[in-house]
Amino acid sequence: MKDNAILVVVARFLIPLMMLFGLYVQFHGEYSPGGGFQAGVLFAAGWILFVFIYGLETGLRIIPERVIYALACLGVLLYGLIGLLGSLLGGHYLDFSVLLPAPRAAQQAGIILVELGVGITVASVVMLFFLLFARRRAEAEAEGLPLVDPLDEDESRREPRP
Amino acid sequence: MTRLVELMPFIVLLPLLAGPVCALLPGRRLPWLLAVAATAGAFIIAATTLAGVMDGTTLRYAFGNWPPPIGIEYRVDAANALVALLITGVATILLPWAAPTVDAEVPERQGVFYALFLIAMAGLLGITLTGDVFNVFVFLEISSLATYGLIAHGRDRRALLAAFRYLIMGTVGATFLLIGIAFLYILTGSLNMVDLAERLPGVSDSRALQVALGFIVVGLAIKLALFPLHHWLPNAYTYAPTLITAFLAATATKVALYVMLRVVFDVFGPAYSFAALPLASALMVLAIAGMFAGSWLAILQENLKRMLAYSSVAQVGYMVLGVSLVSVAGLGAAFLHLFNHGLMKAALFASVGIVAYQAGSVRIQDLQGIGRQMPWTLTAFALAGLSLIGVPPTAGFISKWVLISAALDAGQAWLVVLILITSLMALVYIARVVETAWLRPRPADAPAVNEAAWWLLGPVWLLVAANFYFGLDTRLTLGGATAAAEALAGGALGVGR
Repeated sequence: MKDNAILVVVARFLIPLMMLFGLYVQFHGEYSPGGGFQAGVLFAAGWILFVFIYGLETGLRIIPERVIYALACLGVLLYGLIGLLGSLLGGHYLDFSVLLPAPRAAQQAGIILVELGVGITVASVVMLFFLLFARRRAEAEAEGLPLVDPLDEDESRREPRP
Repeated sequence: MTRLVELMPFIVLLPLLAGPVCALLPGRRLPWLLAVAATAGAFIIAATTLAGVMDGTTLRYAFGNWPPPIGIEYRVDAANALVALLITGVATILLPWAAPTVDAEVPERQGVFYALFLIAMAGLLGITLTGDVFNVFVFLEISSLATYGLIAHGRDRRALLAAFRYLIMGTVGATFLLIGIAFLYILTGSLNMVDLAERLPGVSDSRALQVALGFIVVGLAIKLALFPLHHWLPNAYTYAPTLITAFLAATATKVALYVMLRVVFDVFGPAYSFAALPLASALMVLAIAGMFAGSWLAILQENLKRMLAYSSVAQVGYMVLGVSLVSVAGLGAAFLHLFNHGLMKAALFASVGIVAYQAGSVRIQDLQGIGRQMPWTLTAFALAGLSLIGVPPTAGFISKWVLISAALDAGQAWLVVLILITSLMALVYIARVVETAWLRPRPADAPAVNEAAWWLLGPVWLLVAANFYFGLDTRLTLGGATAAAEALAGGALGVGR
């Protein structure tokens, strides 16, 4: 769709704003409505809009699938390890007050870090979802996959999965 | 003791943290090694925890140091610790065993497979250990979502459909549970189990509380495959990869049963639960129907995995029957069978897994005369089958013995007859397999089959040996189950032995 001037202009204007707003929601999560989940979805929506306009190959050139996949795992790990840090520093799991000497700053730091993990994972998982569906359609059309009735339970009429 | 409290949450956290790392590891051996290490670590902690709570103490751990009832706490007594020990123990034995079968069934992206396994296990353990009803729902979803993915890994194309059916039924169950929890929260403003137990008597005349109990019990009945809500189970167990079938059969329904007991006996209290709704008679009727229907359907099956799956429906019936007696003895019988059935089904499904791996088929007609070619595997199957039937000196016999004596204590002698009849039905379906495998000649055109290697047989025989060991030495199982029953309902029912 990159030949359509209106779409390209609007998207170029919107995508940076969407990502900026995503980051705003991300880093205001600890004292205003918002947080990692919403921010992640907003951020991924920017990327998805980009793919709509410029195509999947260009979108994957910016961020390869392996990187998205790794980020999805690393976000969860960031959450888990921040929690573990609380445990290792002598508090309980997910106890942020032991992270920094000032109690208020410690809570804020802990929540921001944990929410960053949430944001990274949600953004990459939403991108992976989109990727799966976008790929599947293209693959099915390219290969002309046979349509098998999944409700058919008769074994003789069916071949095992290769 | 303080160090044990600090260590206890890591039963859940070890597999939960190892999961995402596992998904990132390349190849086959590395993810498997990490999964084995994480489960073994969780098993050791679970065993230490059980040893620490057998005397009736309760371990409480507040996450993030937010004091309950505002924060989420883990609350562990003998009842949860026993279930946690079962989950981690079965996983620790099965994972090293399953590596070759996983290589055959899931050739690609094993990192994801083991990561899902670890997350499913962490979810089940989280349900078991938590003291917060909403946390139960969250972990239930974590384990269920991972389980759907695991079942869909099966090589048969029908695995996808089985996973989808389970997804629909599982989501309905989880939604019912969530609606029930929402009612509790609206009524009391609390989600902590102990806090709820204190606040609920104040609103006990509310119709909404009755509705909450109904929703929660029905939702969990779907998850534990109580007849007639068992429809998702046979397909899911039949088409899932071998490791997953054995693990789920030994743990997933047990965890749902544990939550039901925890909610009915601990949160609502037996005095309310069994008076507000006709739970005792409803559970008894469904349990007996499940025992007969499950056993009967198991006799009719041609597929060995599906036969064992229907047998699970029947065995869930025994556990629920123990619960429906509403006594500490009956509850103890339910817990005992929960543990013992985990052991016997793990052994049975694991030996069937070896048959599937070596012979490539689990249809009973393809197994004619296979006993002479795979004597060790089929002997393990037959011995685990004895435990399922309830022949002394196996763990299954102890289960049935305790259940029968609980029924007699409750003055329900007629139940003994039904238990014996369904045990004979179990004899029929196990004997049918043994007869086909040993007494029929191997057809001349049947493909040659070799006995499995020792590393496949070893863990299965370990499980079989555990079935016999816990049939002779009942200190851990019977003691643990009695402690569990007393932790749950000793004070409320007041007839502890």
